[in-house]
Amino acid sequence: MKKTLLAILGASLLFGAISANATPEQDRKELLDYFKHKSPNVKFDDYVNGAFIYNADALNQYNSIMEFPPFYTVVDQGKKMWETPFKNGKTYASCFPDGAKNIAGRYPYFDEGLGKVVTFEMALNSCRKANGEDELAYDDMGTMGVLTSYARTLSDGMRMNVRVEGAKAVAAYEKGKQHFYSRRGQLNFSCASCHVHQAGNIIRTEYLSPVLGQTTHWPVFRGGETLFTLQKRYEGCNKLVRAVPYKSGSEEYNDLEYFHSYLSNGLPMKASVFRK
Amino acid sequence: MRKSPTLLLAASLAGMLLATANGYAQEQQKPAEPTGQELAFNNAKGNCLACHMLPGDPKAVTNTNIAPPLVGMKARFPDKAKLRAQIWDATKANPMTVMPPFGRNLILTEQEIDKITDYVYGM
Ligand code: HEC
Ligand code: HEC
Repeated sequence: MKKTLLAILGASLLFGAISANATPEQDRKELLDYFKHKSPNVKFDDYVNGAFIYNADALNQYNSIMEFPPFYTVVDQGKKMWETPFKNGKTYASCFPDGAKNIAGRYPYFDEGLGKVVTFEMALNSCRKANGEDELAYDDMGTMGVLTSYARTLSDGMRMNVRVEGAKAVAAYEKGKQHFYSRRGQLNFSCASCHVHQAGNIIRTEYLSPVLGQTTHWPVFRGGETLFTLQKRYEGCNKLVRAVPYKSGSEEYNDLEYFHSYLSNGLPMKASVFRK
Repeated sequence: MRKSPTLLLAASLAGMLLATANGYAQEQQKPAEPTGQELAFNNAKGNCLACHMLPGDPKAVTNTNIAPPLVGMKARFPDKAKLRAQIWDATKANPMTVMPPFGRNLILTEQEIDKITDYVYGM
């Protein structure tokens, strides 16, 4: 506990962005101010464009690729999965209010009954289970990934609206926050090193995206064709600093996603998108 | 159509920093001892180019703006041991730095650090 506080305090000295004992809303506002100050010309909604906000050429490339995304066939395949009835005749849509329109921005949420964070992927699996189907492997890009590449488009335009209410929810949020601000790996980086402090800077040849907006547009198709879910990206970033990654769907990553997603509250969602 | 995610992950992560280092690895047929320059460029070793420009070396390919360019090192580090110490553990001088502690975390061997120090000292 003490160690946690110290780590976070240390980080906040450096980043001036987040302090211990702040409420989630204070955390979000402080980061918003930090980025406003850092890049006064970036409009709030544009944070969903990640690293492209710092590079006009790359943003143009993004926009032209998004006109005819090379990955639309995969999203189409996801649509088929979504619409194909389970053996009992029901569909995914039956598990969510309003056929799952404008729902993804409420995930992850803290489920008091289960006592843990529930991600959208977990909700899809609960739906399968409730209808007598096997669950999909959380980290299987070919099934779960493809399914979400369509399912999340049903929430396009919805503003992220993650809630953190109650002591247990706050505790899970704090665990995610601790992951985000702790240095790890042989190379000794925290997520914040790259996506708060160095956001907008170039690491060798790549612009680093800001933490704001990082959770609004998943999955992404890297290079236009390789599907990556958000938690797969966490694994990638952990490996980048030679830390042993956690598993997609682990409580560690779910808590991280909870904290991480809260910070994007208010931003418009858009799935699925191109990334380099 | 979809390749193994692990492979792709590795490839794309590497791709981000690799361009230069790769060129070197391919040029090098025999497993010769890497030079200070190679160690400094290689993203699996010093990877200095991830964060530092090296305007004194035309072979250095990077657009980074994270850290000060490594230039005029003799003037900035009259004491070469201080330069080596900075590479060995940059958190000594600045606990909040993002520069990895190459010696302390065993990212590089002592000998590799010596070679990189010599190379950078000439910049
Ligand atoms: C050493 C630097 C570094 C560290 C540390 C790091 N990342 Fe990244 N991250 C990158 C780079 C480079 C990219 C690709 C360019 C970009 O979009 O920022 C990236 C991309 C991302 C993206 C995708 C953004 C998008 O819109 O496509 C997310 C999400 C992300 N990182 C989250 C994290 C999290 C969470 C952590 C900590 C567990 C972390 N990163 C640690 C370098 C880093
Ligand atoms: C991930 C980023 C990163 C990497 C990789 C990196 N550095 Fe640094 N380095 C920095 C930063 C940032 C500073 C600025 C000082 C600070 O943060 O304390 C710095 C400072 C320095 C300084 C001191 C410069 C001065 O004038 O005070 C030297 C020398 C140096 N680095 C050499 C190297 C060498 C050699 C390598 C490769 C073996 C390397 N660095 C790799 C980020 C990095």
